[in-house]
Amino acid sequence: MSRARDALLAGLVLLLGRRREPPRPDAHLLPPVPKQPRAETAAIALLFVAALCAAAFPVVYFVDAIPAKTQYLGLSIGLALLFLAAALIVAAESVIPTEELAHAYPPDEHQEDEEYVAGLVEESGKGFTRRGLFKLGLFSAGGALGVAALIPAVSFGPLGVKEFYGTSWRKGRRLVDENDVPLRAADIHEKALYTAFPEGADKEEQGSAVVVVRLPQASLTLSGRVEGYDADGIVAYSKLCTHAGCAISLYRAPLFAPDEPLPALVCPCHYSTFDPSDGGSVTFGPAGRRLPMLPLSVDGKGELRARGNFDDSVGPSWWGVRERRPSP
Amino acid sequence: MIRKAVRYVDTRTGTAPFLRKALRYVFPDHWSFLLGEVALYAFIVLVATGVYLTFFFVDSREDVVYHGSYAPLQGQHMSEAYRSVLDISTTVKAGLLIRQTHHWAANVFLAAVILHLFRVFFTGAYRKPRDLTWLIGVTMLMLALLEAYVGYSMVDDLMSGMGLVIGYAVGLSIPFVGANVMGWLFHGPFPGGAVLIPRLYIAHVLLFPILIAVLLTVHLVLVALRHHSQFRGRRQTERTVIGIPLFPGQTPRSLGLLFAVTGVLFLLGGLVQINPIWLWGPFHTYISTNGAQPDWYLGWLIGGLRLMPGFDVTIGHYTLIPGPFWGGALFPMVVFGFLYFWPYVERKLAGDVAFHNLLDRPRDNPLRTGVGVGMVTWIFLVFVAGSSDRVQVLFDLSYTGQIWFYRVAVLVVPVVTGFVAAWVCRQLVRGEQVELERRRAETEGRLELASRLDQA
Amino acid sequence: MRRLVVILLLLALPGVATAANGKQVYGRYCVMCHGPNGVGNSNPNAVVGGGPARDVGIEPGIGPSLRNVGARAADFYLRTGYMPLKRTGLQPRRSRLLLSSGQIDALITYVASLGDGPPVPRPQPEQGTLSEGQHLFASNCAGCHQIMARGGYVTHAVPPPLGQASATEIAEAVRIGPYVMPRFSTRQISNSQLDSLIRYVQWTQHPDDRGGLSLWRIGPVPEGLVTWFFGAAALVAVCLVIGRRLHE
Repeated sequence: MSRARDALLAGLVLLLGRRREPPRPDAHLLPPVPKQPRAETAAIALLFVAALCAAAFPVVYFVDAIPAKTQYLGLSIGLALLFLAAALIVAAESVIPTEELAHAYPPDEHQEDEEYVAGLVEESGKGFTRRGLFKLGLFSAGGALGVAALIPAVSFGPLGVKEFYGTSWRKGRRLVDENDVPLRAADIHEKALYTAFPEGADKEEQGSAVVVVRLPQASLTLSGRVEGYDADGIVAYSKLCTHAGCAISLYRAPLFAPDEPLPALVCPCHYSTFDPSDGGSVTFGPAGRRLPMLPLSVDGKGELRARGNFDDSVGPSWWGVRERRPSP
Repeated sequence: MIRKAVRYVDTRTGTAPFLRKALRYVFPDHWSFLLGEVALYAFIVLVATGVYLTFFFVDSREDVVYHGSYAPLQGQHMSEAYRSVLDISTTVKAGLLIRQTHHWAANVFLAAVILHLFRVFFTGAYRKPRDLTWLIGVTMLMLALLEAYVGYSMVDDLMSGMGLVIGYAVGLSIPFVGANVMGWLFHGPFPGGAVLIPRLYIAHVLLFPILIAVLLTVHLVLVALRHHSQFRGRRQTERTVIGIPLFPGQTPRSLGLLFAVTGVLFLLGGLVQINPIWLWGPFHTYISTNGAQPDWYLGWLIGGLRLMPGFDVTIGHYTLIPGPFWGGALFPMVVFGFLYFWPYVERKLAGDVAFHNLLDRPRDNPLRTGVGVGMVTWIFLVFVAGSSDRVQVLFDLSYTGQIWFYRVAVLVVPVVTGFVAAWVCRQLVRGEQVELERRRAETEGRLELASRLDQA
Repeated sequence: MRRLVVILLLLALPGVATAANGKQVYGRYCVMCHGPNGVGNSNPNAVVGGGPARDVGIEPGIGPSLRNVGARAADFYLRTGYMPLKRTGLQPRRSRLLLSSGQIDALITYVASLGDGPPVPRPQPEQGTLSEGQHLFASNCAGCHQIMARGGYVTHAVPPPLGQASATEIAEAVRIGPYVMPRFSTRQISNSQLDSLIRYVQWTQHPDDRGGLSLWRIGPVPEGLVTWFFGAAALVAVCLVIGRRLHE
């Protein structure tokens, strides 16, 4: 019973409240706009065209007979949106009142309030007698907690660089192609490029892939620590560019040496160019280091084997790239 | 109906006074102030299409053999991530539309951001009290570049794999800590561990977007709190902002722009192919393709990497600075350093610590315009150098010749264009002064004539 | 006029593609670099012959031996217009054919008669599998020719786009390795794999363009141009419509 009365009362209050609502102002809030029936018609028409275009979207989606789905879907939704945009812009320019207003910029600063805030903070510390020590404590706690919060991130990955030196190449490991078929020295022809991997290793590992080419033995100028790294003119280099690590899959191999560019291994990312006859030295481009070379030998069955690991670290350079040779 | 709705909102939130003020917030209406809005709307499209794509993308490098509907890759080994994007592009209805729109939106987003940055820079809008807004904007640009980069890197197609290893190499080239940091992030040397693609993914869909969204909000709030800057006019002064109100003037216009941006992006997404990963095929560390390029907004970095002659700075066996550092890391650091510090450098140089609500026209400040034009020329030349291999293929201009040309040009041309721009600014201002004096003299002459006639 | 006579003559003599006729053409266009009887010439100072070919701007120079290159190489170089080369040191490019088809036939017969070379291959790309071809192309060819065979760059040389290459030409090039291209033995790419490879290359000319207008399928450079000159330009235009300009 009392609930009903409450409801009645509330209704009455609401009604009265509504009656007390200020009468609609006669003064206009916005400046008058000259009537532009044609612009209004245009805006309305554009809206309906937009609706039509958008309606085509589900049709295209569901009717399987319509080819080139992506194009028609894009066309319908794209045009629908553009027509909608056009309708709004037409309305904004001609139908909806647009007035120019002036506002004062907010004051540059509120000195009194600044003073109050600063004072408030200052006074909040009045009770401290060893303020410096308290601050130190705060910073220590905050700092230590901050460090502690970051520690779990260490687990992301190894912080050391040991893995950067290792590869799967070992003395005596056979060179196999992508299908794990061993490479035979007799099958390696001049003017041909082969990609090889250590037998049984992960081919995607950065130290795995090597490029193998055969050059006329007389043209080889292997010296220093790569001296004798070839096997009867067959040489193998890491396939990863020493500049940015892309795969060196370009082999410039002249057919008629006297008037064509010399043999070169080239990276397609920034066109670092390496000389395969000279231990992979850089002849052009941004690489800062020659290609790491893999020592080769031919076993009794005529198959190619590694005689050890690369003479230098594979992949792009880092601070320690010259410090150690890959573990043999 | 409207009154009811307003009353509902006001009674529940008490915000009618606030709304009354907010709806009459004044927007100065120069067209160039809308460029930032274009960027904002492109970002909205990115988020919307991106959310859709997350429902299909599989963030895994697990090796799978493809047996789908797309014949050219039938039976090939690929990562699950790549296969899922292949499926989005081939079998998911409307998937390709959304994917391509997402990618176009990224390209247009960054173009709009750059245009907006040019506007803000060349009009001096970054001066006090808007320097904080500027710093946040520059930070967002940096985050947006990273966001876009990890976005196309996680797809694991041939192009993206090559892009990823280049980014890895640039990271590796950071002196003293590069290898440690990259090994830590990638979980071992490239191609990293199984966790790499999940990491790229979560960075792309959660970490960077949230950071950008938060900064974006702060950016906009700061703009509103200090109000828009404006160009000088008869009524526009340092104390009074003139423009059209948020409602009803600006609202339909901004909505129109929102739908225009969305419409253009969906049209592009439906009609123009972008990053056709089904044509590139899956990535393996031991294969590569000629002519691989990053998306346009990273073109300046590939240019930097290609232009820098090859050398590592070494001390004995210690490699102090590996080559990719110069073009890939130092170059962007210099550019972003410039963007971060220029407002303060300019303040020192000009001794100007005043409040500025009025903008300069580019000609009003020859020093700023000259420096800006020089910087833009510098970056643009390096950017263009990044596509010289394509120029060789299309127009048969020697690549090596072009590289050497650019190596010289990037040192000389920016200085020249900078000085020319500053000179042009001074000439324009001088021209205006002459014109002003001529008019004043004319008016005076007319007045004098009139007074003489009066006397006569 | 003279050309017309030659054509009429060729039409009148169906059996014109003989080694003897080929030798005549050889003497006119090839001998100055490839030497008499195709022995080759590696000495820039010992220039042989050099007569009528100068009319069409061919300079004498050095050139490889043609002994044992066979009909395969002759067919490739002549039908692509790689030969005759204007002068030594240039990269041979696909160009308008200087020789008539009859002259080419005769020359091929002649070059084939110079030794024991391989015949013109007869690939059957329709028997290949697209996917195998894609994989082989990605592993062996994309580094230079670009994954969609749009051509590329190698320091100091330009791997051509393969849009105009016929199945036979691709089969020949893979085995010959023209100019600085590597060559591939049948152990590396078997004949049936070659069929797949050719099928893929032919497919790249009319691939699956499900995404709409293709931008030459060369990656982000044209995409960037569209971004700026279409996307950004259109949106700036909208801004210009919506926003008023200064000094209005």
